[in-house]
Amino acid sequence: MNARNKAERRLGWLLCAPAVITMGTVTAYPILYAIWLSLHRYDLRFPHDRSFVGLSNYWSVLNSELWWQTLGNTLTITLGSVSVELVLGFCLALVMHRAIFARAMVRAAILIPYGIITVVAALAWKFAFDPTTGFVNALLNLEGAWLTERWTAFFVIILTEIWKTTPFMALLLLAGLTLIPEDLLKAARVDGASAIQRFFRITLPLMKPTVLVALLFRTLDAFRIFDTVFVQTRGAQGTETVSITGYNALIVRLNLGLGSAVSVLIFICVILIAVLFIKGFGTSVAQQRGER
Amino acid sequence: MIRKKAHLSVALPIAIPSKVGVALLLSLLVASCLDTNNTAIPTLKWYVVNEISGAFDEAARQCSKAAQGAYQIKIVTLPADASQQRVQLVRRLAAKDTDIDIIGMDIIWTAEFAEAGWILPWNGKAASQVRQGRLKSSVESATYKNQLWAIPFTSNIQLLWYRTDQVERPPQTWNELIEMAEALGTGTLQVQGARYEGLTVLFNSLLASAGGSVLDETGEAVSLEQEPTEKALSIMKRIGTSPASDPSLATAREDESRLAFEAGSAFMINYTYVWPSAHQNAPRIAAHLGWARWPAAIEGKPSRVTLGGINLGVGAYSQYPDLAFQAAACIASREHQRLAATKGGLLPTLENLYEDPQIETAFPFANVLQATLKDAAQRPSSPLYNDISLAISRTLHPMKAIDPQEDISKLRKIIDRALRSEGLL
Repeated sequence: MNARNKAERRLGWLLCAPAVITMGTVTAYPILYAIWLSLHRYDLRFPHDRSFVGLSNYWSVLNSELWWQTLGNTLTITLGSVSVELVLGFCLALVMHRAIFARAMVRAAILIPYGIITVVAALAWKFAFDPTTGFVNALLNLEGAWLTERWTAFFVIILTEIWKTTPFMALLLLAGLTLIPEDLLKAARVDGASAIQRFFRITLPLMKPTVLVALLFRTLDAFRIFDTVFVQTRGAQGTETVSITGYNALIVRLNLGLGSAVSVLIFICVILIAVLFIKGFGTSVAQQRGER
Repeated sequence: MIRKKAHLSVALPIAIPSKVGVALLLSLLVASCLDTNNTAIPTLKWYVVNEISGAFDEAARQCSKAAQGAYQIKIVTLPADASQQRVQLVRRLAAKDTDIDIIGMDIIWTAEFAEAGWILPWNGKAASQVRQGRLKSSVESATYKNQLWAIPFTSNIQLLWYRTDQVERPPQTWNELIEMAEALGTGTLQVQGARYEGLTVLFNSLLASAGGSVLDETGEAVSLEQEPTEKALSIMKRIGTSPASDPSLATAREDESRLAFEAGSAFMINYTYVWPSAHQNAPRIAAHLGWARWPAAIEGKPSRVTLGGINLGVGAYSQYPDLAFQAAACIASREHQRLAATKGGLLPTLENLYEDPQIETAFPFANVLQATLKDAAQRPSSPLYNDISLAISRTLHPMKAIDPQEDISKLRKIIDRALRSEGLL
C-alpha cells in the first residue's frame, strides 16, 4: 500500500468516525448492559435478591425444552415465509420491471401491503380466518378454526408475513433488475437463448448481490418476528417464537437476568445468520466482481 | 421584550439559531413560573383502566370537588387488557416513577406489588374503615401477609348465563350443563379457553369448587390435592372435547364468548358486563336472558367462583401519599361504588349495596351475585402469581389435550419451578 492509499484510508476513517462513534454509543451500551444483566440474578419483583450468577441464566435457558421448541418455531416461520417471499417477490419484481402501461399504478398497488402496520395486518388476517367473522372459510367452503391448531396457525402466521413483506422483497429485487444491462439480454436473444435460459444464465447470476441483501434483510427480520404471532395466537398452539419467550421473561415476569440471557442468545443467532449469509454468498459476490 | 423573542424563536427557528437558545431559556422560565402557579393544588394521578361509561371520571371529579382545594384527581388511563395494564405499571413502578399516586389494581397484583414495595400499606383508622361493611372476599383480596394493602373498589365474578326460551331450568352441575348443551346441539356452550389469565381463572374456579387449592396455606408451596385437581382437570377435558363447546374454544376470551352468545348460543360462562351488552346489541336475546350461579363441580356442593375486581392502592413513590389515601377512600366510597355500579355496571364491594334498590334495578341478579361473592375463591396470593398463572395456562392449553392424571404432576412440577422463579415459562 503506497502513501496515497494510506492517506485516503485514514481520511475515510476520519470521515466516518462521527457515525461510528454515535452508533457505538447508541447500540453498544444497551448490548453491553444486556450482557452484564444476563450474568446476574436480577428480578425486579425481588429487588434485594440481586447477585452475580455467572452463566447460570444461559445454562437455564439452553437447558429448557421451551427455548429449543421456540427456536424451532421461529426457524419454521423464517424459512417458510422467506422462501415463498423470494419466489413471489421475484415474480412481482419482474412484473413491475416489465409493466408497460400504468407502471406507477402497478408499483403502488404492489406496495400497499407493506404500507400497512404489522399489527393491523395481523388483526385483519386473524379476523379473516376466524370461523364466525372471517371470509376465508366461506370462500373455501371449510369449517375449521384455523388459529386453534398448530399447523394451520403456522399457516396463517406465515401467510400474514408473506402478504405483508413480499412487496419489500420485490422492491429490493426490482432495484437489482434495473441494474442488468439490456444489451446483455438482447445479445443473448440474438444468440437464440430462450426466456428461461436468459433468466437463469444472465439475470439470476447478475442479481446475486441483490438477492443476498434481500434475503439477509428478510431473514433477520423474520427471525425477530413478534407482533404477528402476539396478535394472532399470543404464542399458543405451539407457535411461540424466541422474541415472545424473551418478552415473557423480561417484560411480563420482570426477570431481567433470565430475559437478558434470552435477548443475548437471540442477538447471537442474528449474528450467526448474518455471518452465514455473508460467508456463503459474499465470496461468490467478490469472485464475480473479479476481486477474488 | 421576552414575548417578542419567544415569538421569533417559534416563527423562525432555523434562521436565527443564536437567538433560539436564549429565547427557549426565557420561554422555559416563563413556563415554569406559570407552572408553579398551577400546581398550587396537588394533582393526584389515578392510573386505572379506561372506563368507558364515565363513572370513574365522575367519581374523580366529585372527589376533587369535595376536597375543596386539598387535591385534585386526574385519571391516567391504562390499556384495556389486564396483563398489558400490569406490564405498563410494573415497569414504571420498578423505575420508581413519582407520577403514580393512586393505582386501580387488578386484585391479583396485591402480593406482587406489596412484596416489591411498590404500594403503601393501609394502617390504623384508615384500615379499619376499609374493612367496615366490605365483602369479606374483597378485603381478603387486598390483604397480603395479614396486612391491608389497598381499598376494595369494585368487584367482579362470573355467572352462568342461559337462554330461558331454550332451557327450562338452569343446570346445577357441570355434568348436567354439558349434557344439556350437547342435547341442544354443537357450539351451544361458551367458555373461555384461550391461553391467558381467563383459563387460569376457569381452572381455579373448578379446583376451588372441587375443594382444592393451588398453593398451601403458607402460600409458598404447591398444594394441588390429588382428588380435587383430578376432578377439575377432567371437567376441563370434558369441556375441551365436547361437541357442545364452541369450535374456537382454544382462542376464546370473554369477549369472543359474549359475541358468540349474542349470535345465539344457549349457555355462557361470563362476567356481568354481558347483561348491558346484550340489551344494547341483541335485544331479542336479552329478552330471554337467564342467569344462575356457576354450576357445581361436585353435586350438592356449592360452586366457588374466582373473584375479580379493582382495588385502589397508593403508589410508594407518590409525592402526596396522605392525600392519595384520602382520595382513594373517597373514590371507593359508597356513593361512588353505587355510581360505578349503576352507570358502569361494575359490582360494588360494600355488602349492603346489594340490597340497595338502585343496584337491584341495575342488576336484577344481585342476590345471586351476593351469594356467589360470599363463597368466592381467591387466586393464589403470591408475589409470583403472574408466573404461576402463566405456568397453569401454558400447561392446560388446549383443554382438549388435557390428560388429568399426567397433567397433575406436570402442574405441580412447573408451579414449583415458578415459585422459585426459575427457568423459562
